[in-house]
Amino acid sequence: MPSQANPDDRIALLQGTLDLLILKTLVLGSCHGQGVARSIQRQSEEVFFVDHGSLYLALQRLEDKKWISAKWGVSENNRKARFYSLTAKGSEQLVQKTSEWERLTRAMGLILGSTRANSEEA
Amino acid sequence: MFKRTRSTDDFAEEIKAHLELEAEELRREGLSDDEARRRAYIAFGNVGAAQERFYLRDRMVWFDNRMRDIRFAIRQLIKNPGFTTTAILVLALGIGASVATFGFVDAALLETLPYTNPSQLMSVNESSDESPRWPLSYPDYLDWQRMNHSFSSLDVYNNTGYILNTSSGAEPVQAERVSGGFFQTLGVQPMLGRDFYPGENRPGGPNVLLLSYGAWLHRFGARSDAVGQTVDLDDRAFTVIGVLPRGFSFAPAGSAEFWVPLNSFSDHEKMRGFYTFWGIGRLRPGVTAQAALAEMNPIAKQLQRQYGITGLDLSANVVPLTEVIVGDVRPILLTLLGGAILLLLIAYVNVGSLVLVRSESRRREVAIRGALGATQARLAEQFVTEGLLLGLLGSLAGMMVAAGIMKLLGSLVPKGMASKMPFLGDVGLNPHTVAFGAAVATLAVLLLAVTPTLRLSSLKVREEMADGDRGSGTRLWRRLGANLVVVELVIAVVLLAGAGLLGRSLYRLLHVPLGFDPNHLATMSVMAPGTTYKNDEQVIGLYREIVGRLSSLPGLKTAGLTSMLPVQCNCATDRIHFPGRPDHGEHNEVDERHVSPGYLPTLKAALLRGRYFTEADDPSHPRVAVINQALARKYFPNQDPIGQRIANDESGRPSVWEIVGVVDDVREGPLDVESWPAEYFPINQTRQNGFSLVVRTSQDAGSMLPVLVNTLHQIDPNLAISNETTMTGKIGATQAALLHRSSAWLVGGFAAIALILGVVGLYGVIAYSVSQRTREIGVRMALGAQRSSVYTLVMRQAGWLTATGLTIGLICSVGSSLLIRSLLFGVEAWDALTLSLVALLLAAASMTASFLPARRAASVNPVEALRAE
Repeated sequence: MPSQANPDDRIALLQGTLDLLILKTLVLGSCHGQGVARSIQRQSEEVFFVDHGSLYLALQRLEDKKWISAKWGVSENNRKARFYSLTAKGSEQLVQKTSEWERLTRAMGLILGSTRANSEEA
Repeated sequence: MFKRTRSTDDFAEEIKAHLELEAEELRREGLSDDEARRRAYIAFGNVGAAQERFYLRDRMVWFDNRMRDIRFAIRQLIKNPGFTTTAILVLALGIGASVATFGFVDAALLETLPYTNPSQLMSVNESSDESPRWPLSYPDYLDWQRMNHSFSSLDVYNNTGYILNTSSGAEPVQAERVSGGFFQTLGVQPMLGRDFYPGENRPGGPNVLLLSYGAWLHRFGARSDAVGQTVDLDDRAFTVIGVLPRGFSFAPAGSAEFWVPLNSFSDHEKMRGFYTFWGIGRLRPGVTAQAALAEMNPIAKQLQRQYGITGLDLSANVVPLTEVIVGDVRPILLTLLGGAILLLLIAYVNVGSLVLVRSESRRREVAIRGALGATQARLAEQFVTEGLLLGLLGSLAGMMVAAGIMKLLGSLVPKGMASKMPFLGDVGLNPHTVAFGAAVATLAVLLLAVTPTLRLSSLKVREEMADGDRGSGTRLWRRLGANLVVVELVIAVVLLAGAGLLGRSLYRLLHVPLGFDPNHLATMSVMAPGTTYKNDEQVIGLYREIVGRLSSLPGLKTAGLTSMLPVQCNCATDRIHFPGRPDHGEHNEVDERHVSPGYLPTLKAALLRGRYFTEADDPSHPRVAVINQALARKYFPNQDPIGQRIANDESGRPSVWEIVGVVDDVREGPLDVESWPAEYFPINQTRQNGFSLVVRTSQDAGSMLPVLVNTLHQIDPNLAISNETTMTGKIGATQAALLHRSSAWLVGGFAAIALILGVVGLYGVIAYSVSQRTREIGVRMALGAQRSSVYTLVMRQAGWLTATGLTIGLICSVGSSLLIRSLLFGVEAWDALTLSLVALLLAAASMTASFLPARRAASVNPVEALRAE
């Protein structure tokens, strides 16, 4: 099992975070669904498990909101694929959602960090 | 949400691309081809679920399910053509009958009259001990008009007839004399020309008239230059000043063609004691009918005192004009509406139980779908859709049936009567009837949708699957089905009893003693032009010529003339007194008829004393009279009336008549009214140019009519002849006979349908119960039960249902018959004969209906019944 971590170590994505991850992935350039899935898994060091059904629904949802756009194209290895890219509206949303996320994690960290600081940081 | 920008195919394509890309990557990482593809699939998870989620994502799932339900429902209905057609037919019948009846009720009782503010319009008349609605005399009318403060205007009308002379001959026509403000009071304006000018209705005013729309159309070819032309009525030239609008009708005037201002009066009409004008008034704003009546009553009494009117106890009568126009048909229409609603109920119940039976036989299907994961709600949706579809189809068919019935019934009403019922023109599919239809249809749809869902709620999947269609039918359905059948039988009994009573009333009415033999009698009205027949000699010569010529025709026995045919109305009355007796001003009102010597013998009126008239009773001889028994009994009790004298004011001159004969009561008035006292004077001593001819034929009277008309025209082509018909036809066409006949037939029709539906319902319940109990019966027979005891088993159930339905039904029908009391004639609401006949009929029909399933039960083969498990 070359690139798959133990399924038990994986964490299901939090509700709403998938959209943010997709947008972040697409900042680097247009990509197809399979590429997005792989990229999220790789970058999270195989911690995140992306349910592919949810991924494609999320892509569709973002496309409906006009945060990303899609068109059929050809992949690097000459396969037909649907490529998604970030729209201007999507980029705006990414900035906004990222800052929201950071505020959220900071707040979470502040609460959780007080007990953890002793045991792990030292 | 409803837009679908991307197809599911495109989405599937993308997933396929994903899988290939993933597999390729896995291959590059060193996996075999197959393994790579397998892993790609595993990693993706459930492809179908993803596609399903995409599919459901932005679609109207609900709508989608509906479409599927509808398609399924249509398939179900087509698969069961028997059920579908029966349900739709029964619904169409029930809805059609009730909507059609409502159409008539609406037009007659709810739609307002075609006048301005019709609620302010009142019928304003005197009221006397003779009749609650008694016409006004002209002097009284003028005083009422002057003295009252309740009405902004008060007008009178009076039916009349003229001889219309045209280039093609003479013809009697109906006309109406009205006071000058009549059309303003109604709020009607002529469509062409003008209304009467104020001065035109004063005595001696000009001869002008307004045309009805019909007269304008038929006599003037709808030409706009009709206004200004002259019309010859009774040899007087009338100028047409206007044409009334098309929608105008005034029921009491019948189909009057010419509307003439009231500006010339006979000597009688100027008298205060001559009551012949009917009044209408428009209430001032804010004045109620009660307040107006409270004002008019003292006025009437004061005038009576002031002018010393005796013999009558006069007061006033103020009722809404609608009352006068539709009063006669109200009870019959309400009865019919009641009948139609009962029929609708029975149709509902019938269709409801049909649906129940069907949902019962689909128990297994429902159980299986439930087991496969269909939710209760989803299953209910399916049934509701089927109910909706069936209800809509049935209601649509019902509305079509209603439109048909309304058209048919409207055209069946005889023309003479139709003109007295102007509302018939409004009967049809209009907003009111459609709204009523929609309400009725909604009920039907609700019923059809809800009934099977009730059944559904008690569904227990496991039990039902195990139960299948074996065993003894579920208790729930059996109880409900049985109750429904009892309801149907009760309704059938109520309708049958109503129809029976109305039928017996009609029979009684048509067999009321007439005092003469109506068979083989031909009749017609004759009007002799006053220009040719001016004096006694000429007119009496014409009478003799007519009777002589007709009597010599082959196939004719005798002929007679009368001023008015029998069985019409207690009108053309006379006030009499008796010379030699003290006169306290009693109001002795009797029917007055002028007849030829041959008239009473031609009718076969039984002569009880004295003699009939002879040709010798002419102006040169003493005045004589024949009276009927009612007059003899009332005014000459315990005396011999022959030789006694009666006195009256004949044509304004005091006259005395010697009684020479007494005849049995010939019914002069309507069938449903007791015979009045009547006096007969020789037509030769009371000459008149308009009269009716009665001829006794030896064969069918109707076939002789053309010969009669021909012969009369040979005598004088200028004789105006109308209303040629037979006496039996004439009697059958009287209002009393028509009302009774139509109500008896229509309620009879409803009852017949109700009986059929009820008995079919009973058959259904018994047959279903037998089919569900086949196994039980098989077991019983295997254990030694006799066929006769199986019969008893089934028939007992049917007998019990019938007995319950019959008992409740008979009790209800006495109540409902009391409600239609006003339509009954000569029969009581609790008429034992009718009720027992109804009971017998229903019992016989029910037993027949349950005998068939009982026989099937008794012929069950126990071996097969048990093996069928």
